[in-house]
Amino acid sequence: MGIYLDHAATTYTDKAVFEAMRPYFEEFFGNPSSQHGFGRAAEKAVMKARGQVAALIGADSSDIYFTAGGTESDNWAIKGVAEAAGSGHIITSAVEHHAVLETCKYLESRGFDVTYLPVDGKGRVNPDDVRKAIRGDTILISIMTANNETGTIMPVREIGKIAREHDILFHTDAVQAAGHIPLRVDELDVDLMSLSAHKFYGPKGVGALYVRGGITLSKFIHGGGHEKDKRAGTLNTPGIVGMGAAAEIALRDMDKNAAHEQALVKRLSDALLQLPESRLNGDPDNRLPGHLNISFGGIEGEALLTYLDMEGIAISTGSACSSGSSKPSYVLLAMGLSIEEARGAVRITLGRENTEEQIDEVIEKTTASVKRLQEFSPLFAQRRDKGSYV
Amino acid sequence: MYNEKVLEHFKNPHNVGTIEDPDGFAEVGSSECGDTMKMYLRVKNGRIEDVRYQTYGCCAAIASSSIATDMVKGKTIDEADAITKADIVEALGGLPEKKIHCSLMVEDAIHAAIADYRSKHNK
Repeated sequence: MGIYLDHAATTYTDKAVFEAMRPYFEEFFGNPSSQHGFGRAAEKAVMKARGQVAALIGADSSDIYFTAGGTESDNWAIKGVAEAAGSGHIITSAVEHHAVLETCKYLESRGFDVTYLPVDGKGRVNPDDVRKAIRGDTILISIMTANNETGTIMPVREIGKIAREHDILFHTDAVQAAGHIPLRVDELDVDLMSLSAHKFYGPKGVGALYVRGGITLSKFIHGGGHEKDKRAGTLNTPGIVGMGAAAEIALRDMDKNAAHEQALVKRLSDALLQLPESRLNGDPDNRLPGHLNISFGGIEGEALLTYLDMEGIAISTGSACSSGSSKPSYVLLAMGLSIEEARGAVRITLGRENTEEQIDEVIEKTTASVKRLQEFSPLFAQRRDKGSYV
Repeated sequence: MYNEKVLEHFKNPHNVGTIEDPDGFAEVGSSECGDTMKMYLRVKNGRIEDVRYQTYGCCAAIASSSIATDMVKGKTIDEADAITKADIVEALGGLPEKKIHCSLMVEDAIHAAIADYRSKHNK
């Protein structure tokens, strides 16, 4: 089926995870809210999964609420705080996922004030900027744990400390990071954390929101009394079981997977950064283990993606959610890249099953494709003829 | 999202390159997405004998450049000047809606290169 290097978009569901889910479609199909044996069997499985997800982020299982995915968790966290407060000011960053940015824009239309903090050249928010942006009416700080396009890890701990000092709620969108780097909500002073199962070898359509005990968050979905009367709807038992199983495996294999992915990313980036007019986008040191975002001068990322796709290699430009648009990445532009640099970017995200042989093939095919595209690029030719390319 | 014909032209684009001292030349860009194209014409006895180009752009821009230059080659100046983006898209067997503007850049390049030829040769 080719070589899959788009794990930031989604991962496959682990076989063991799928096997753990299967009985909850079949013999244990009961509604976890029912008061008979069928219901109790399902409820027991949900409780176990709550514990497994809590363990992944060092939380109490009573603070885990299951949702339909990362986007819902982000929506609930931000709108839930805003609605409970009634009015006020929110601090976020310019490079958040659309799930956060669009939610903040919606709240602006409802009378809330939002500050979108800039990032540095590596894509990191400066904690001092967070401190300076705090106002008397600031109700929430929402900064992602790691960026979905560049993999840059944010200074979450420092920001959490500032939020705590000022007694302001702190939400972090950990969708891309969870299951890949160690996260403990207490160490990070996080009050709300969004998670999604399909980013760490769990099923799609299930996520979770961590809500620190004692926090007032308004009800998100009205209906029955599910999830402590906060998020109504019959629980997605198989999905929740899958998320729990995936969380347990991710925690168990985290160091091993990270070391494997980091070594392959280094092999890949060492080779690709030899190409003319190439540049690494994101933080060279504080990055998710499987992430590589790289730009090539004089060519478009979309053209490179299409070339590699014809060779059976799957990569992406920017995030999956904005692909197909010809607009350059807002994340890369916020980091100060020129429009040409941003348009020449591709995101290559490795997973635990990728091999050295695959990476060597990707290096070979990418090198050939970049050279070919640069060959007939007027921009590249102009600089080459002037002798000005690096 | 692209059909086989588009991908084939993208993979093996025809007529890529430059011409020394061209009879007609144009550099155009797409205001929509920042794509850029340079087109070079060699004209003999009122016919386009050779055409070359360099394109910076996506798959659709490169495939449009390839097929449009095939269409231009051998035509008279007036025939070539009548080519529109609809002709280019039709020859490719269609393009995704969001990528139609990429073919417009190529149409612009043909018209501009012909205009350059006419202004230099008073035709």
